[in-house]
Parts: sequence; C-alpha cells; structure tokens
Amino acid sequence: MGVGIEVSNLNAWYGTNHSLQDINLNMPGNHATALIGPSGCGKSTFVRCLNRMHETNPIARVTGSVLIGGLDIYADAKPVEIRRRVGMVFQRPNPFPTMSIYDNVAAGLKLNGYSNHRVLDDIVEKSLRNSALWDEVKDDLKKKSGASLSGGQQQRLCIARALAVDPEVLLMDEPASALDPVSTSKIEDLIFQLKTQYTIVIVTHNMQQAARVAENTGFFLNGRMVEYDTTHKIFTNPSDKRTEDYITGRFG
Amino acid sequence: MTDHAATFIAILSTVVVVTPLVAVFIYLVYRGASSLSLDFFTQVPKPVGVAGGGMANAIVGSAILLGLGSLIGVPMGIAGGIFLAEFGRGTKLANAIRFTADVLNGVPSIVMGIAIYSLVVVPQGHFSAFSGGVALGVMMIPTVCRTTEEMLLMVPNAVREAALALGVPNWRSVLSITVKTASPGIITGCMLAFARVAGETAPLIFTAFGNVGRSMRLDEPIAALPLQIWIYAQSPYDEWHRLAWAGALVLIVLIVLAVSLVRYVTSRGVMKGAS
Repeated sequence: MGVGIEVSNLNAWYGTNHSLQDINLNMPGNHATALIGPSGCGKSTFVRCLNRMHETNPIARVTGSVLIGGLDIYADAKPVEIRRRVGMVFQRPNPFPTMSIYDNVAAGLKLNGYSNHRVLDDIVEKSLRNSALWDEVKDDLKKKSGASLSGGQQQRLCIARALAVDPEVLLMDEPASALDPVSTSKIEDLIFQLKTQYTIVIVTHNMQQAARVAENTGFFLNGRMVEYDTTHKIFTNPSDKRTEDYITGRFG
Repeated sequence: MTDHAATFIAILSTVVVVTPLVAVFIYLVYRGASSLSLDFFTQVPKPVGVAGGGMANAIVGSAILLGLGSLIGVPMGIAGGIFLAEFGRGTKLANAIRFTADVLNGVPSIVMGIAIYSLVVVPQGHFSAFSGGVALGVMMIPTVCRTTEEMLLMVPNAVREAALALGVPNWRSVLSITVKTASPGIITGCMLAFARVAGETAPLIFTAFGNVGRSMRLDEPIAALPLQIWIYAQSPYDEWHRLAWAGALVLIVLIVLAVSLVRYVTSRGVMKGAS
C-alpha cells in the first residue's frame, strides 16, 4: 500500500548552489502528486531527496526531514533500505543493456540476493502485468535484451523493474518527456492504475499531464515551492500570481 | 564528391593497415608451413645435425606461462581499473595509480625481465616458469587496468543510477551491473594484453630462461615459443631456421585461436542491445 510523505524544512545543495530552499509539503498516500515548474526550478532535485539519490553526487548535501510512512528516511534508515521502499523511474528509459527483459525486472531482487526461481517468475509476471507490458513481451522474456525494446516499452520495463522490489512510493522524474504521444498516454493510463496501490510523485514539464494524472500539484520556482494545492485549484484558481503566470504560459 | 573522397581515403587506410598483417601471415605460411608436421607438435628439439624434432615443450611452456601471467595480470588489472573508474575517481591515490600504470606500460620489456630477475629469480636462486609468468603478468596489468577504466567510464551514469535506485548497494551495483555492462570492452582489453605478451621474448630471457626438455614444473626453467624461435633464428643452421619459421606461424595461429575461443565463451550470456 502507498504511504504518505511528509517533508519539512528540506534544503538541498549542489556544492555552494542552494538548489532547494525550505520545502514543506505533505503528500497523501495512494494519490498521485505532480510537481511542475520551469527547468532548473529544483523539482528533480526534490524527488531525488525522497529516495536519497541526491546524495550519490559527492558534492550534494541535504538538511531537514522527510517522513515516509512515518519513517524519517534521513535519521532512521540506510539509503539502500529507503530506495527499496521508494522506487524511481527516470527521464530517459535506462534498462540494463546487457540483461534480458526478465533479468531487468528481476534485477532489484536478484542483486539483493533473492534467488527462488518460482517466486521470481511470479514477481516478474506480476510486475510486467502491472506495467502493462506483459502481453507485448511474454514470449521473449529471456530471449530479448531490455535495450532491444522501443523507447515506450523500455520505460514501462523500467516501471516494472521498480515495481518488482515492492515499493510503497514510486517517484517518476519526467517519465514521458522522452517518449512519443502514444507511449506517453500509455504511461499516463498506467499512473492512473498504479496510484491505487502506490503513492506516486511525478515531476513533469507538461502541465496538461499534471492536470490529467494528479490529485495534487505543487509549483516550484527557483528552488522554492510557491504553491501546493489540489490540481483543480492550481489550474483554475491559483492563489499566487507566479503560479498563474506559469500555468497561463507567461513564462517557463 | 567529398563523400566519395572520404570513402576512398577510409578504404585506402584500411588496406594500408591490413596489408602488413596479411603479408606477414602469408610469408609465415610460405616459410613455415612446409616444416609443420605431427612431430612439430609432439617432439622436443633435437640436437644439431639430428633431423626432425619439434616444439611441443615450447607450446606447452608458452601455454603455462601465459596462463600464469593471465592469472596475475587479469584480476589485478581489472581490480585496478574498477578502483580507478568507480571507487577512487578523482582521488590522489587514483591519479598516482593511473600515472604508474602509464609509466609501467612504457617500460621496455627487457627492463621488466631484468626487474623480475632481481625481484624473483635472484631470491629464489634459479630461473623458473613462475618468474616468467610473473614477468608476463606484470606486463599485462597496465593494459588491462587502463582499458578496464576506460570501458567502465563509458557506461552511462543512468545505468549506475538505475541500480542504486533499486536499493542495490554500491559495491554490488559496480560488480554486477557496471562491470557486466562494460564486460565486452574489458575482455577486449584483456585479449589485447594477452596477445601482446604472448609474443614477448625479452622478459623471458632472464626469467623462464628456456628449456630443451619437457619440464612443466613452475619452479624449473621452462621453454616458450618466442624464446625457442629467438634461439633458432639466431643459429647458423638452416634446419633450425625452418623450425623458427614454423614456430612463428604456430605462435600466431595459437594466439588467434585463444583470443577467438575466449571471445566465443564470454560472449554467451551477455545480451546485446539493439540501441
């Protein structure tokens, strides 16, 4: 089941660049939350702070607290534990190029020492069904490499790979920005289904996409969160002038 | 027109590069093939004036020396490359290791032979197959190390991030994902190093020393193809010259066979992506 995320006083730096400033945000479980804003506003940095990927950059630093399902991920857990509970899908599909479709999906479990084949088979099938890819690849699971799929299929493969480790939260960093419109709409349909089981945080450039998939939307600008509300309110009656300027296309 | 010119220059360059290789091979076949017989692969060298004789001991000796060299050079080189690209990136230690590897790569092989002579042969008190293997292994390290590093750096960061984001510990991600992704290139580097030291004579003169008998012991002097070719080619006897040509032909063919075999074996199990 998806769990809620509570972010308080989150600050993040890359070197001396203060890229996130005093973010406070509560995202409810089993909902999709969209984060919008112009390039470089800090929304990607923000989601990378939710699974501690931010700190894989040696010059990066974070302060503040993030509670996921009540667990303080910076105080009470190791990064590897957090990343198993908080899955991530990246902007560009990044399947493991030397692995088959099956091994890509099973990678997270296998690399953590899981080896029961029957259980793995079941998890791979379930994850591929959940990512709406099963019917397209079920005959080539071990024959084809993950990299031989089309871009849209690769991205759904990456979603299946993230789901296979049974996370509670799924972070999606512009998951459809490198895809064609048909693949994009498949990913959006998928987000609709997935949010019944997972908490989804989706970064997007595309405001219509935010409006279509998310219950709540946060607007980021220059490392700060300007406004956070229901998606309906943000897109119809924002309280901040900057949000209105952005969604009406005056900048960004 | 310019496209045609570029294509022409590319083809011309290919021909220029391939010609010496083909020429050497054809000449080796021309001079060496006639001396090849079953005896060549089963007999040890005969005294001067006695007809026949072969290089069975040198073929086995080369295999042992190269096996020993690879056992030393490949793991150390790969481990060093992994450190340079993944764990030590940007550290002073990594820069020092990279510099040392580059210098080591430029050390003449005869110097390497003398160095191993004073480090291994002198303390042991005698020439040995072991010291020859060490000399070849040490020569392999820099090539393997630097190509491993280069190949790992070519693995997109997105692949590393994908593994880390699944909750895979960094060391596991490096060994199971990054190294595996780069493995075709790393294997090429190992083969390059292998093929290079397979033909080395100089580092063996002061270490493996050569042996006309069938010794396969690591603590005794051992025969090696390049050494045997060198000795025969220097001799004043026509019979030995012919055997030297045959030995050179066998050496090249064996190297090609070994490299192809390793490529075939290691290419299975690694998926090739379309992208």
